[in-house]
Amino acid sequence: MSAPDVSLLEPDRLESARDAALAALAATGALDELPAVRTAHLGDRSPIALARRAIGGLPGPEKAEAGKRLNVVLQVVQAAYDERRTELEADRDVRVLAEETVDVTALPGRLPVGARHPLTTIQERAVDVFVAMGWELAEGPEVEHEWFNFDALNFGKDHPAREMQDTLFLGPEDSGLVMRTHTSPVQVRSLLTRDLPVYVVVPGRVYRADALDATHSPVFAQLEGLAVDEGITMAHLRGTLDAFASAMFGEGLKTRLRPSYFPFTEPSAELDLQCFACRGASAEPGGEPCRVCSSEGWIEVGGCGMVNPAVLRAAGVDPERYSGFAFGMGLDRAVMFRHGVTDIRDLYEGDQRFTLPFGTEG
Amino acid sequence: MRVPVSWLRTFVPGLTEEVASADAIAAALLRAGLEVEQVLRVGGDVTGVVVGRVLDVEELTDFKKPIRFCHVDVGTRVHDVVCGATNFVAGDLVAFAAPGAVLPGPFHIASRQTYGRTSDGMICSTRELGLGEEHDGILVLPPDSPLGADVVELLQMRDEVLDIAVTPDRGYTLSIRGVAREAATAFGLPFADPALLDVPPASGGHPVRIDDETGADRYVARTVTGLDPATPSPDWLQRRLTLAGMRPISLAVDVTNHVLLELGQPLHAFDLDKVKGEIVVRRAERRERLVTLDGQDRALDPGDLVIADDSGAVALAGVMGGASTEVGEATTSVLIESAHFTPVSIARTARRHKLPSEASKRFERGVDPALAPAAAEAAVRLLVELGGATAGPGTDVDRRPDPITIQMPVGQPGRVAGREYEPAVVRGRLEDVGCTVSGDVVLTVTPPPWRPDLTGQADLVEEVIRLEGYDTVPIALPTAPAGHGLTAGQRLRRTASRALAAAGLVEVVIPPFVSEEVLDVLGGGMTPPRLLNPLADTEALLRPSLLPGLLAALQRNVGRGLHDVALYETGVVFVTPGTAGTSTPPVTHRPTGEELAALDAALPVQPRHAGLVLAGTRQGRPVDWADAAEAVVALGRALGLTLELRNVQWGPWHPGRCAEVLLAGQRVGFAGELHPRVVTALQLPGRTVAAEVNLDVLVAAAEEAGPVRAPVVSPYPPASVDVALVVDAATPAADVESALRAGAGELLEDLRLFDVYAGPQVGEGRRSLAYALRLRAPDRTLTDTEVLGARDAAVAEATRRVGAVLRGA
Repeated sequence: MSAPDVSLLEPDRLESARDAALAALAATGALDELPAVRTAHLGDRSPIALARRAIGGLPGPEKAEAGKRLNVVLQVVQAAYDERRTELEADRDVRVLAEETVDVTALPGRLPVGARHPLTTIQERAVDVFVAMGWELAEGPEVEHEWFNFDALNFGKDHPAREMQDTLFLGPEDSGLVMRTHTSPVQVRSLLTRDLPVYVVVPGRVYRADALDATHSPVFAQLEGLAVDEGITMAHLRGTLDAFASAMFGEGLKTRLRPSYFPFTEPSAELDLQCFACRGASAEPGGEPCRVCSSEGWIEVGGCGMVNPAVLRAAGVDPERYSGFAFGMGLDRAVMFRHGVTDIRDLYEGDQRFTLPFGTEG
Repeated sequence: MRVPVSWLRTFVPGLTEEVASADAIAAALLRAGLEVEQVLRVGGDVTGVVVGRVLDVEELTDFKKPIRFCHVDVGTRVHDVVCGATNFVAGDLVAFAAPGAVLPGPFHIASRQTYGRTSDGMICSTRELGLGEEHDGILVLPPDSPLGADVVELLQMRDEVLDIAVTPDRGYTLSIRGVAREAATAFGLPFADPALLDVPPASGGHPVRIDDETGADRYVARTVTGLDPATPSPDWLQRRLTLAGMRPISLAVDVTNHVLLELGQPLHAFDLDKVKGEIVVRRAERRERLVTLDGQDRALDPGDLVIADDSGAVALAGVMGGASTEVGEATTSVLIESAHFTPVSIARTARRHKLPSEASKRFERGVDPALAPAAAEAAVRLLVELGGATAGPGTDVDRRPDPITIQMPVGQPGRVAGREYEPAVVRGRLEDVGCTVSGDVVLTVTPPPWRPDLTGQADLVEEVIRLEGYDTVPIALPTAPAGHGLTAGQRLRRTASRALAAAGLVEVVIPPFVSEEVLDVLGGGMTPPRLLNPLADTEALLRPSLLPGLLAALQRNVGRGLHDVALYETGVVFVTPGTAGTSTPPVTHRPTGEELAALDAALPVQPRHAGLVLAGTRQGRPVDWADAAEAVVALGRALGLTLELRNVQWGPWHPGRCAEVLLAGQRVGFAGELHPRVVTALQLPGRTVAAEVNLDVLVAAAEEAGPVRAPVVSPYPPASVDVALVVDAATPAADVESALRAGAGELLEDLRLFDVYAGPQVGEGRRSLAYALRLRAPDRTLTDTEVLGARDAAVAEATRRVGAVLRGA
């Protein structure tokens, strides 16, 4: 091995080695060229490495100064190398990741999408409004005994009101079993099985012998409410219905009662809801026509009244001490006007396209 | 009930056009509880129709049907007119619509070319004027009609008709009288009761006997003689009937219908000359028959109330008359029946013979029993006045019970409404209704005879509150006691529904009516309830399973061009037919526990199921049995339950691709691919998969299970070890897995099947199952010895239970 070339440690030689290294780094255009540049200017055979080795050949007093000089150059070159590598890596990342760009608008649809039926979700929402008021959810069978569906609800055996229910009867002839025509039998079941006072809300499917067409369905969903307590008045019925209308269909929406007849309530009333679309404005003189309520200002949604004392007696509740109110409304109609459904068959034909847009909360 | 407003106004003289329009009357009645469905306007849309005289008639013979060319003089000029009707002659006065006139439709009249002539206007028929359905020919006006006069004015064509849907308790509003009374009350105006007639005392009339007082408590018979059968009903009478929705027929029939509409009392007119002997009200005899007015020969039921004479039954009381005593073109003597029949009896007979009639509709809802003599008198007067008849004597068999009285504290309406009513208001409102009221703190109230629906305090309360207005009831919220929220079961059912949607299924709601055929295809010996009066004879059964409905919905979706379909439904199914013959408890008091239990025992078993079907592709690959099975397992997991699957051969399922779904060893449902036979028979897409589970059982188990116990999450590192086991190809993976779990013991944290191989390397009829085991201790890092020990124990257990051999060993 040849003797160290101490001249390499001279300032101008070191400076020219530094400048050559910096120029080479600056000229390096790609990350894969960098190792060669590193070998040439920082590697074992590079001028800087050879200079380091030559330090031993200097006389003692000069060693320290030459070493300091060399270190400055080494640090500058090393820093320049690090900087250049960072730059080139960043360049590479930009290029490679750009190549990995995807089209985020082209979702492959890996997760199968489901949805819940609006009749299910509206039922849950309605029930929750009452549960928040302290009421409880009660249920009953869909095939019901006539005693619950009619007798105990004060429908006389041969009263025309029984005829008006378009009942679906179950065989055999004398079975006394019917598809329940309303959720009202659950009123009787609740009074028979629960402790007083009773505040229950009853969602459920009910049946009528109506052929399926655009506005009728043999199956539909009802929401029933029953409150039996001491001192319950018709004012409480109005208050409860207004609170429900506000919570369910829009703040401040009112309800209207019109005298009517149901065997199980006395007084009885038809229940109208102020049109949520025009809020009654369409029925005012000069009002814009409203398609939702046919410019009536009100939408008929159900029936209600004060529980007939005969019903309380049949369920073993003392009508002298307790009074109550009850109401029932069609949830199908609520879904139809809330979501703009014009044909009730859409609710019952099971077409996937109908349910999908409703998501899981309607 | 159709109520011509002009007719109504005659009984409320103060209710003039100026006081209230038809719309105002309708609104007031609606507020009082009469369901006015619409206000029909008649004649209001007819203009420019005048009285014209036909000057001459030229028959045009070149056409297939008779066509006439006429000249019509309207006083100011003469029009050329082409007309297709032939029921008029030169000289007749007709309703003529000149060019510019408007007929209902609206139909604008203009001059036009037709049948080779110019027709400068139109000669109108009754129907074209909107006066009725008669269109046999044009309307010929009375000879004294003034030429050129406005026909709308002349015929008083303009009227409004209230179309009212009468509720079953308000029989009295099936009459002009009843509606007018409500209108008078609503406007606070005097009511002129058309039933207040002077009736001559009944004596010496046609003999009448009531044999069955449970069926009739009053029978008034009046006779008239010397009626001119050729006399037609006058226009005003025909017009009133037409407006009210009835067809004019003959004077005698029109008069009875007029009284029915005006007073609400159904009358029947017998041809007196055909009645043989005494009129008897009795039940039908065994095997008795009657030919009714509609020509039907009917077998009578011993429960039917009939009107009989010496020859037998001559009418179905309160429902329909008989042919043998029908009033006809030669009838000159008439017996008018004005009776009060028991509602239940009439309702049953009308239903039994499927004969709802104007009469039965009223009797069922209750007719005023005090009305019978006045109604008969009203009919007699009209026949005398219009038909030239002579009034005969009358008979009145009166067995009415005493009227009921009701005691009511004067404050009761206020207590029910939640506000106070002045005692004077309470009394006044009850008197408006027609009640007689006495007493002070406690009122003694006698309802009027036309209100049989007023039987108790609650009924009187309603009258006061409704007449004061429901809108005057205050608004208050009741205070319910603190509730318990939804029950665990109710919340779990919501969870189940959400879990199925989250599994990528779309919820549907399907009516539960199914056919015998589809159940035969599905097999399984299901015995659901049967409807007596199904909407469609082909779907007379209630679904014992959700599958028929879901599969039909699938087919519908596919039929509408959808290929990838995934549906679910949760709903009640009906698995037993229910039992007959349960006795019905009374409603006067609470039934006994046994009575209630018997009612419930008679019901079909009605569990709630969850069902799902899939067809087509998912995630770009064809659906298969696992899509259905995994959805069910996911449903169980959402409820906190571990559901197990077992191969089973069952009913409608592919024998090799069906799982029975087990919960703690008990079957709760099925999941898998449908049998190709079912797919073909129901025309479903190939490889349709489905599942159905008993949701009630799952929810009950989840409720029972209580809160989840949290696992211990160990901070120590895991040890992973794989084992590949060769087993008999028929050995279920689940068995291998449970053996590994049992053998590995408590150190096993997780186990996963990651490869299944069948082929020459493992031999015929065998397969290799490769599992990754993750082992971990809660309190230390496992040593190699522990890990290998657990693995060897797991393999040994698999060997012991299912003969597994370590692959490569």
